[in-house]
Amino acid sequence: MSASANSSFIEWVIFIAHDYWPLFLRGAETTLIIALTGTIIGFGIGVLIGVIRTIPIDHTTNLIKRIVFKIVNFILLCYIEIFRGTPMMVQAMVIFYGVALLYQIHLSTYFAGIFIVSINTGAYMAEIVRGGILSIDKGQFEAAHAIGMTHAQTMACIVLPQAIRNILPATSNEFVINIKDTSVLSVIGVTELFFNSKSLAGTFYAFFQVFSITCIIYFIMTFTVTRILRYFEKRLDGPSVYTIHGSQTVPEAEIKIVGREKQ
Amino acid sequence: MEKIIEIKHLQKSFGQNEVLKDINFSVNKGEVLCIIGSSGSGKSTLLRCLNLLEIPTSGDILYHGQNILEQNMSTAVYRAKMGMVFQQFNLFNNLTVLDNCVVGQVKVLNRNKETARKTAMEYLDLVGMSQFINAKPHQISGGQKQRVAIARALSMEPEALLFDEPTSALDPEMVGEVLKVMKNLARSGLTMLVVTHEMGFAHDVANRVVFMDGGVILEDDVPDVIFNNPKNERTRIFLKRILEV
Repeated sequence: MSASANSSFIEWVIFIAHDYWPLFLRGAETTLIIALTGTIIGFGIGVLIGVIRTIPIDHTTNLIKRIVFKIVNFILLCYIEIFRGTPMMVQAMVIFYGVALLYQIHLSTYFAGIFIVSINTGAYMAEIVRGGILSIDKGQFEAAHAIGMTHAQTMACIVLPQAIRNILPATSNEFVINIKDTSVLSVIGVTELFFNSKSLAGTFYAFFQVFSITCIIYFIMTFTVTRILRYFEKRLDGPSVYTIHGSQTVPEAEIKIVGREKQ
Repeated sequence: MEKIIEIKHLQKSFGQNEVLKDINFSVNKGEVLCIIGSSGSGKSTLLRCLNLLEIPTSGDILYHGQNILEQNMSTAVYRAKMGMVFQQFNLFNNLTVLDNCVVGQVKVLNRNKETARKTAMEYLDLVGMSQFINAKPHQISGGQKQRVAIARALSMEPEALLFDEPTSALDPEMVGEVLKVMKNLARSGLTMLVVTHEMGFAHDVANRVVFMDGGVILEDDVPDVIFNNPKNERTRIFLKRILEV
């Protein structure tokens, strides 16, 4: 297929989509992989930091522990503030060219992309997770402590499962933001969707036509991801019905709780 | 009689506010002890100190003669021996009724899942909740939640059970089902410490009633004396006010 200066917008779009779809596809693939990996690693970083920052410390804790906690907390706070307070595009530049200049380490753009998205997401997730943990009722901690569970056990078995369920919407949000924000990684030459689109648009001098396609692809990705994550949220809530266990008259009866379902 | 807990000169302050002042008393095995008194008298704080949810400012808590406030005593082991039932139930929201009763046994007592499940079923049956093992806490009523909370505490097979106003957050019609379970427990010889406003329960079930006011124990006697012939003027005023309504 071909298109010329006289071709209409639709003809252009069809031509580009038809001849260059593998380029879009590879770009979209890179975008999704970086966004997904970055979100997962960032989530892990966030949970780790959130848990550390909510360790209960009071005057009964011994002095060395308190000092160590203070120092660790300060470092983590610096990390969070710096990465939340600067644009990811600038972070990408500083990290990618910084490690090359200072340590002679030449990262692949792909790896650098995942690294940058991960630590950026981690900084946001750390605060989201901390908020999630703080939102859990004090009674849950007390009940767990009262039966002799340690702080770590309480966190792992009782608090984190609830906190993570509560912050899932915020996490999906981060994922969607990451899909879109990976476009800034084009500045260090990551061949994601935006980078590929820009090259293509430059080749034909057809910015509007190419980016219309790009726009649709981004939207399809974010919309699909949002729906999928919503589905998982619902799944995690568990069934809204429960089975009566071994009742004498009805061995297996289902009770439907109407109006008590969580939205 | 065998003393399970002995409290000596217990004192607790929150900042400038002295909530417990020089508390002395002991609990014998098999005793059902009710703690009564108006709000802010320190009843709940005293109970929470016994489970170390609050760390006493000074004084000693002896458990079978051993001071639990000393460093070498394991808090987790002691807490597992002192079951606690809360006013707000505090069931683990992410776990089913059965798992609420299993998780502590597995994590703290290192029981295997099968044994833990059997023990849990035994106690859930005792409180009449064995049909609901698959339900999540948000799917059952307040009275049912509190019964599960009691089963959860019993599943740890504690030496004593502490109740912190177990019926205060319940609808009036659900109070009965919880009190019935507690009465049965009392009859079975379990050591119980109950902070309560249910004077009927204190009168009928307790072996001993402690009246607290302003962070001190004013009276500590058998229910008959406390309710019919209190020695302290303030006990009389409190009971008059609460029983009049």
